[in-house]
Amino acid sequence: MEQVVANGIYLGSQYAMIALGLTLIFALMNVLNFAHGQMYVIGGFVTYTFYGQFQMPFLLALLMSCLTLTVLGALIEKFLFGPVIRRSAREESTMLLAAGIAFLLDAIILLVFGEKQRGVPKIVDGVFNWDFRIIMPYDRILICALAILSIVAFITFMQFSRTGRALRALAQDRDAAQLMGVNVNRYSMIGFALGAMLAGLVGGLLVTITGVNLGMGGPTSIKAFLMVMIGGAGVISGAIVGGFILGMLEAVGLAVLSQYGDITYLVIFVALMIFLTIRPQGLMGKPWG
Amino acid sequence: MSRAAIYRLLAVAVFLVAIFWFIPFLIDVTGRWNFYYTLTSVALLSVASAGVWLTFYIGRINIGQGAFALIGAYVSAILVTKAGISFWYSLPLAGLFAGLVAVLIGLPILRLKGVYFAMITLVLTEVVRLAALALPITNGAKGIVSIPLPSELSVFDITIIPDFSTIENPKLAFYYTACALMVICFAAMYRIVNSRLGQLCRSMQQNEELAASVGVNIAYLRVIVFAISSFLGGVGGAMFGAIAQSVYPSSFVVKDSIDFMLNCFLGGLGYVFGPMLGTLTLYFGWDLLFELGKYQLLVYSSVLILLILVLPNGLLSIRLNRFRRLRS
Repeated sequence: MEQVVANGIYLGSQYAMIALGLTLIFALMNVLNFAHGQMYVIGGFVTYTFYGQFQMPFLLALLMSCLTLTVLGALIEKFLFGPVIRRSAREESTMLLAAGIAFLLDAIILLVFGEKQRGVPKIVDGVFNWDFRIIMPYDRILICALAILSIVAFITFMQFSRTGRALRALAQDRDAAQLMGVNVNRYSMIGFALGAMLAGLVGGLLVTITGVNLGMGGPTSIKAFLMVMIGGAGVISGAIVGGFILGMLEAVGLAVLSQYGDITYLVIFVALMIFLTIRPQGLMGKPWG
Repeated sequence: MSRAAIYRLLAVAVFLVAIFWFIPFLIDVTGRWNFYYTLTSVALLSVASAGVWLTFYIGRINIGQGAFALIGAYVSAILVTKAGISFWYSLPLAGLFAGLVAVLIGLPILRLKGVYFAMITLVLTEVVRLAALALPITNGAKGIVSIPLPSELSVFDITIIPDFSTIENPKLAFYYTACALMVICFAAMYRIVNSRLGQLCRSMQQNEELAASVGVNIAYLRVIVFAISSFLGGVGGAMFGAIAQSVYPSSFVVKDSIDFMLNCFLGGLGYVFGPMLGTLTLYFGWDLLFELGKYQLLVYSSVLILLILVLPNGLLSIRLNRFRRLRS
């Protein structure tokens, strides 16, 4: 029991970070970022390159992951999403663009990093063992703590910094924010870069445990969509709650349902369908229409 | 008959002659038999894409067509291999089953709109794949293999479709079948769009609340449209399974669902024949780029992104703009 809860918290902390980036981008620009999983994979590969190959300190490698994804996110917003949002007749065009970008990033990952599964040496050794009730390697605990720390830092940033306030205003009402003197184009770019950075950060954190490979992008995006739907799209708290709920459900499912085969996600999806009939906007989302 | 109607009939006649006579003739002359497989795939994928297009028509972004194609493929395969039913009966049954699933799933999820609906349909694709892996009847990851070729279809002892295993060239037979399916599908689509149902759909696309307020039963309508859409997906998938003679959980994955959506976008969402053109362009584009080896995906995605930057409203919007300019 304790083990399942610990696993759930560990999974949930990572999932919440992935969902945070996705929901931030969605809240700011109403764009469903299909490429989010691919950004996560790039973050993993950058950390692998700097930490695993060049033997640099882990934190520096993590910083490089964040930096790469920030720049990448800013460029994507500036040259791809920005112009398309301004010009196209239907807002769905951004989805086509997002899918195209997901393919493009996949191609870039394939060319730059190859298709092999990559792993890095452990950052800390040893296993935490509490009377055989909770057994968890120290590196997982460290990653979990780092993830929760990043989430707290992110929320603090959104709540109290000038940029965070501008971003929240933008998410609430784009036109009103513009009338109040928020530079909409600039803050859209910053927001997108921030969302991409979160994906890169969690990719860099997780490469130490699960490793990284080319095929992880799509499934990661799908999990992120699930979390966002549970919590409510475009709401920061919703993403965090959704992430932790999915992490917990997965941990419980793996513990309870494993005897019936790999049906955890099937059960989660059916549960989600029932949940959505009662509450289509998710837990924290605002009802529309 | 007005001049426009005559032109339209002529265009349809030319198109029919082209796909049923000219293309087989060309392939026969040049000897490039592998083209049949490509064109058959295009025809079937465009049927499934037409379904996606129909859900777009009521203002929903559907990225779940892969799920229904997979369901259709499995239903047909199971009916043929385990129940021994003729493929030609299993084809509509596969479509109907996919439609039934769509009604059940659609009732709750069609209440969602925009990005929310897109997300849940995307997840649906993944879930159906997982279900195919987990359920005993689908044979898990091993899939259902060595499905027999479609057998004879006869009514009152008159053979309508001969047994495919006795034909000397099943590729050509599959090509004709797929093209016939495509023609029927798009004729039906054209009919739907230009009927009362089509007009109701357009009213939903523009403003659901307004449509509901003037008495359109939107809850009923969107489930019907989603069921038709999934029916097409199921039929397309079942036919695909028959051609490949095998079905695996990975036969239709998230990438396929996204491709179906891209086909519609690329062709243009405002035009019934958009999905056909989009499928042709994307499928052939991907095949042509095969020569580039590992740069295939890079070039393909770059071209895709460029296309959306230059033509945000689809390929068919070019032609229309020119027409308007000529007229004015």
